[in-house]
Amino acid sequence: MTGKFSLCVLFFGGIALALLLALTLGALVVVGMQGAEAGALTSPDWRALVFTLEQAFLSAALSVLFAIPLARALARRRFWGRDTLTSLLGAPFLLPVIVAILGVIAVWGRSGWIADAMGWAGLGRLNVYGMPGILIAHVFFNLPLAARLILQGLADLPPERWRVAAQLGIEGRALFRLVEWPAIRASAPGAFALVFLVCATSFAVALALGGGPRATTLELAIYEAASYDFDLGRAAKLAGLQFAVCASAALIAFVVSAPVAASPGALTLVERWDGRSRASRIGDSAIILTVCLFLGAPMLAIFLRGVVGLDDLTGVVWAAAGRSLVVAALAILITLTLSLGLAALIVALHIRGARIVARLVDLAGLLPIAASPFVIGIAFIIVLRPVADPFALALLLTAIVNAAMATPFALRILIPAIRLAHDEHGRLADSLGLVGLTRLRVLYWPRVRQPLGFAAGLSGALAIGDLGVIALFSTPSEPTLPLLMHLLASSRQIDAAYGAALVLIALGFGVFWLFDRLGRP
Amino acid sequence: MIVVHNALIERGSFRLTADLTVPAGRICAIVGPSGSGKSTLLEAIAGFLPLASGHIRINGEDITVRPPSERPVTLLFQSNNLFPHLDVERNVGLGLKPSLSLTPADRRAIADVLDEVGLADLAARRPAELSGGQRQRAALARVLLRQQPALLLDEPFAALGPALRDEMLALIDALVLQRGIAVLMITHAPEEARRIAHLTALCMEGRIDGARSTDEVFANPGPELAAYLGIGS
Repeated sequence: MTGKFSLCVLFFGGIALALLLALTLGALVVVGMQGAEAGALTSPDWRALVFTLEQAFLSAALSVLFAIPLARALARRRFWGRDTLTSLLGAPFLLPVIVAILGVIAVWGRSGWIADAMGWAGLGRLNVYGMPGILIAHVFFNLPLAARLILQGLADLPPERWRVAAQLGIEGRALFRLVEWPAIRASAPGAFALVFLVCATSFAVALALGGGPRATTLELAIYEAASYDFDLGRAAKLAGLQFAVCASAALIAFVVSAPVAASPGALTLVERWDGRSRASRIGDSAIILTVCLFLGAPMLAIFLRGVVGLDDLTGVVWAAAGRSLVVAALAILITLTLSLGLAALIVALHIRGARIVARLVDLAGLLPIAASPFVIGIAFIIVLRPVADPFALALLLTAIVNAAMATPFALRILIPAIRLAHDEHGRLADSLGLVGLTRLRVLYWPRVRQPLGFAAGLSGALAIGDLGVIALFSTPSEPTLPLLMHLLASSRQIDAAYGAALVLIALGFGVFWLFDRLGRP
Repeated sequence: MIVVHNALIERGSFRLTADLTVPAGRICAIVGPSGSGKSTLLEAIAGFLPLASGHIRINGEDITVRPPSERPVTLLFQSNNLFPHLDVERNVGLGLKPSLSLTPADRRAIADVLDEVGLADLAARRPAELSGGQRQRAALARVLLRQQPALLLDEPFAALGPALRDEMLALIDALVLQRGIAVLMITHAPEEARRIAHLTALCMEGRIDGARSTDEVFANPGPELAAYLGIGS
C-alpha cells in the first residue's frame, strides 16, 4: 500500500469512526448526564425493565425451541420448493415490522381467522393484546432467523460425517445425539442471544400489541416519556437502562457466537441417508407444514385484505411513501459512507499488523447493537433542542439512526470482501504499482461491488420499513409510510392500512432487489 | 471379492462406466487424473450414488440397490472419519453398536483392534488430541472391528507425510493379507500403487476397464497412462 492511499483511508476511516462513536458512546454520555438528574428508578421503570427482559427471554426461548425441529427437518428433506423455503426464511429480516404486526392481527386478533374459528367452535375469544400477541409477533419474526442460523450450523458439518453415520447405520436418536445435537448445541446459543437482543429493543410490536402498565417495553416507555409526558429526564434515564440491557445482551451474544448477518441465497446441503422411516417422514412434514402455516397465514391475510384496501389509498399514502423513500436513500448513503470508511480502516490496520487496534475499531463497529435506536434518538433531541428543531429534521434523523443500526451488518458483509481482494491480489497490485483510483477500480471494485449492493439493499429495506424513532421525531401530519400505517390501523381505517402494507412491502423488497441487482455484474 | 459389472453411474452430465474385479486378499489401486471419476466409483460401491445400470457384488452377494449401512463395505475418507466429541474407544465402538451401549466383551474386542493398529494407549483420547496418522489408524481399527470383506480408500493418507504414509500402507498391507479383505484404493502417487497394490486399474475420461497386475501395467503403460505419468512409452 502506498502512503497516499492509506492516508485517504485513515482520513475517511477516522471520520467514520468518530461519527459512529459520537452516535453510540456520545449518545450514552448525553442520556447519562441528563438521566442522572432524573433520580432513582421508579416502580413503572422497574416494570418496564422486567417486562422487557421477560418478553425477550420468552421470545428467544420459543423461537429457538421451534427452530430446532424445523432446521433439523429442512436439513434432511429434499422436496419441491425446499430451496425457495429456506431462502424465504431470510425474508422476515427485511419485512417491515408493522406489516408483520398487521398480519398477525389479521390471523390472531379479535376478529381474526383464529378467533373466528374458535368462536365458531364455541371456544370463546382469544385476546391477542399484551404478552401473547407480543410473543406471537416476535416468534413470527425470529423463528425463521433462528432456524436459518441452526440450519447453517448443520450445513457447516463436514459432509463425511453424514456418510460415516450412514455407513455405520447410525439413525434416529443415535444420529441426533452423535451428529445433529453437537451442531445444534454450537449454533443455538448464538441464535438465542441474537433473538433476545432483537426483542430487547422491541418498539413497534409493543406499541401496536402491548402498552399499558403490564406490557410496556423500555423502548416504548422511552417513547411515551418523551412524546406524551414531555419528560426528557425520565426518557434519558430509561435510555441509560436500555443501553445497559442491550450492551450486556450484545456482549453475551458476542461471546457465544460470531456476529452474523442475514446471508443471501439458499443453503445447499449434503445428501442424507437417514430419516427414511415413515414416522420420521410424517414428523418432519408436520413441523414444516405447521411453520409454513404459522408464517404464511399472516402474509396471506395481508395480501387478501391489502388487495381490497388498495382502493382506499389516497394521496396521503403516496406522500408518506415518498418520505419513506427519502429516508431509505439517505440511510443507504450514510450506511455506505460509515461502513466503507470503517471497513477500509479495519482492513488497512490489520494489514499493517496493528491487530489490536483493528480489533478495537471492529468492536466499535458493533456498538450500534448495544445502543438502541431510542437511546440515539433521545440523545439527538437533548442535543439539538437548544439549537434547532429536531422535528423539522425528522427524516434526516431517522435515516441517521437507521444507518447506524445497519452499519454492523454492512461491516460484516464488506470486511471479508475487502480482505479477500487484498489477500488474493494485493501483492500483484503492489508489484504492478497500482495506486489511487486505478487500484480501487482494478483491485477492490470487482470484489466489493456485490457485497456493497447487498449491504445497500439491506440498509434501504430496513430504513423504509422502520417504525421506531420516526414516531419520536415525526408529527402525525407528515408521517412515513410505516407510521401512517400504524396511525390508520389505530384509527380504525383498517382496510387502508392493509392496502398501504402492500405498497410498503413492494417498496421494501423493490429497494432491496434494485440495489442487490445493481451490485451484480 | 468386489465385483463391479457393467456399471453405469451418472452424476449430472458426467458418466462413468466401470468393470472391475478385486479378489479377496488383494489390493487394487485406481490411477488417473482428477475429475476422471475415481471417487465416483467408490461412492457408488459404498451406496452413496445409485447405479443407472449394471451390478455390484461383494463376496457373491448382489448389493446394487442396498442402502449404505447394509453394504458389507467401508469407505474411508481423507478426513472426518471420527466424531470429534467421542473418545477413540467409543469412535471405534460405533462400528459394533451405533447405540454405544458397549458390553465388557465389546470393550475387549475394541481393545484388541486398537492394539493391532498401535493405539492401545490412546483409547481415552479425543480426535483433536491425536495426530493425523493416529486418527486414520483409529478409523482403520473400526474397519477391522466390523469384519467386512471390502475396504475402499479415497486417498486416506494423502494428507500424511511420507514416513507416516509408508507406515499406514504397511499396516494396510499386513491387515489385508491376514484377513483376506479386498481393498480398492485411489491414489495419485504411482509409487504408492507399485509399493502395495497387486492390481492397478486405470480411470480415464469416465471409463474403467478392468484391473491388471501392477507390474504389468507399469512395465507396459500404454499411451494414456504414459501421458498421465509424463513418461515416454
